[in-house]
Amino acid sequence: MSDLRVPKLWREIPQHYRLEASKCLSCGRIYFPPKTICNNCKSKNLEKTALPRKGVIETFTIIRNAPSKYELYAPYAIAIVKLENDVKILAQITDCEPAKLQIGMPVEAVIRRLYDDGENGVIHYGFKFRPVF
Amino acid sequence: MIMKPNHKVGIIGWGGYIPKYRLPVENISRIWGKDAERYKEGLMINEKAVAGPDEDTTTIAIEAAQNALKRAQINPKDIGAVFVGSESKPYAVKPTGTIVAEALGATPNLLAADLEFACKAGTEGLQCCMGLVSSGMIKYGLAIGADVAQGAPGDDLEFAAASGGAAFLISRDNEDCVATIEASYSYVTDTPDFWRRAEKPFPQHGEAFTGKPAYFHHIESAARNLMAELDKKPSDFKYAVFHQPNGKFPIRVAKTLGFTTAQIAPGLLVSNIGNTYSAAVPLGLSAVLDIAAPGDEILVVSYGSGAGSDAFYITVKDAIEEKRDRCLKIKEYILRRQQVGYKCYIKWRRHIIGQPR
Repeated sequence: MSDLRVPKLWREIPQHYRLEASKCLSCGRIYFPPKTICNNCKSKNLEKTALPRKGVIETFTIIRNAPSKYELYAPYAIAIVKLENDVKILAQITDCEPAKLQIGMPVEAVIRRLYDDGENGVIHYGFKFRPVF
Repeated sequence: MIMKPNHKVGIIGWGGYIPKYRLPVENISRIWGKDAERYKEGLMINEKAVAGPDEDTTTIAIEAAQNALKRAQINPKDIGAVFVGSESKPYAVKPTGTIVAEALGATPNLLAADLEFACKAGTEGLQCCMGLVSSGMIKYGLAIGADVAQGAPGDDLEFAAASGGAAFLISRDNEDCVATIEASYSYVTDTPDFWRRAEKPFPQHGEAFTGKPAYFHHIESAARNLMAELDKKPSDFKYAVFHQPNGKFPIRVAKTLGFTTAQIAPGLLVSNIGNTYSAAVPLGLSAVLDIAAPGDEILVVSYGSGAGSDAFYITVKDAIEEKRDRCLKIKEYILRRQQVGYKCYIKWRRHIIGQPR
């Protein structure tokens, strides 16, 4: 069951639902997932910031043998998306056949089901990216 | 009884969402050995919108609400209530509204609740927001109708039961509002035309009983009573939106009430997307607002089995012109389509015994 996963899922809601990152107020670096200490300047002075919801596909790979909980979605693509502020994040691509994906394709964030924790468990929602239309 | 807010309220933002996948009637009829033409003619439905494997009522409600927020351009923290009307809640117990509110950044200081009344739960949210906003208890209210409608494999409902959602942000009437909701009228009786028992996956329906004593009686009563109270006649309205479980019912009810095809056509989406249940009338109203001009008068009448209708009298305002293009329109979501086969649809709905979930 999901005893260990629910608290983690709950803690990560801001980043999964709203792409909430952290920004170092000393050197300006942005972290996603958010950090509490800046890797670059070791400052603890970071603030929450919402990432832009649009970007382009920097690179991608296609998952054909999906891990359990993701089998329903196979084949699907995982991409590194370069957002409008140049921050790069890893995300699943949705609403697009993997064969139609291209590097440089404009994409936008949407909230979707990431996976179910079984029939009785919690539903894990979060961002994926889809081609802009 | 007519419901008129003490202080006028308006729609400050609206938005809809329709999944990109379409299941044509032929793909259903072929599997079950039924005559596609009979269903297409009888229901006036060509294909229905189908939620993707990672979509549900919550994700649909979120995108519709994000679109409403893009048009309203208000601070989400000023939203005082979120109502999600649906008959396909992803959780039996755990609100959809809290997930939507969290995704919008509206938490934690607000009211959130899920509503259920077959296909009219979306318009009930509008009425709740009208009261809360008009009384000054909240600044803005968010009313959403969203569904991933269920139809048992092989049942007639399967040809129509579709997916979609629409959202409205309600405010005290001001110059930022795109329309004023002048008044509402609800008409309900205990009429068992369609139901789903607890813990059962698919609804049951009373066949021909769903027509005259159910859909037509309630819609006609709510519409006639509202127009009588307001001293309005059908020709006063530029547009009318009626619940659309199929194409025939809204056309027939419009004719009975004295509305023309031109008045209902812009809000009649069922032939291209199917019956989106709680979202059907909200999506129809969204499509009308997408093209409406200041001064236009709109009559909106929902219908929910069990049974009841909510009627609304809405007048369009100047701000609609500048807010219209701030997000995707209903027509753009309808044009974005990818056809899917029946087997894919059944897999996505998780109906295959033993399949991975």
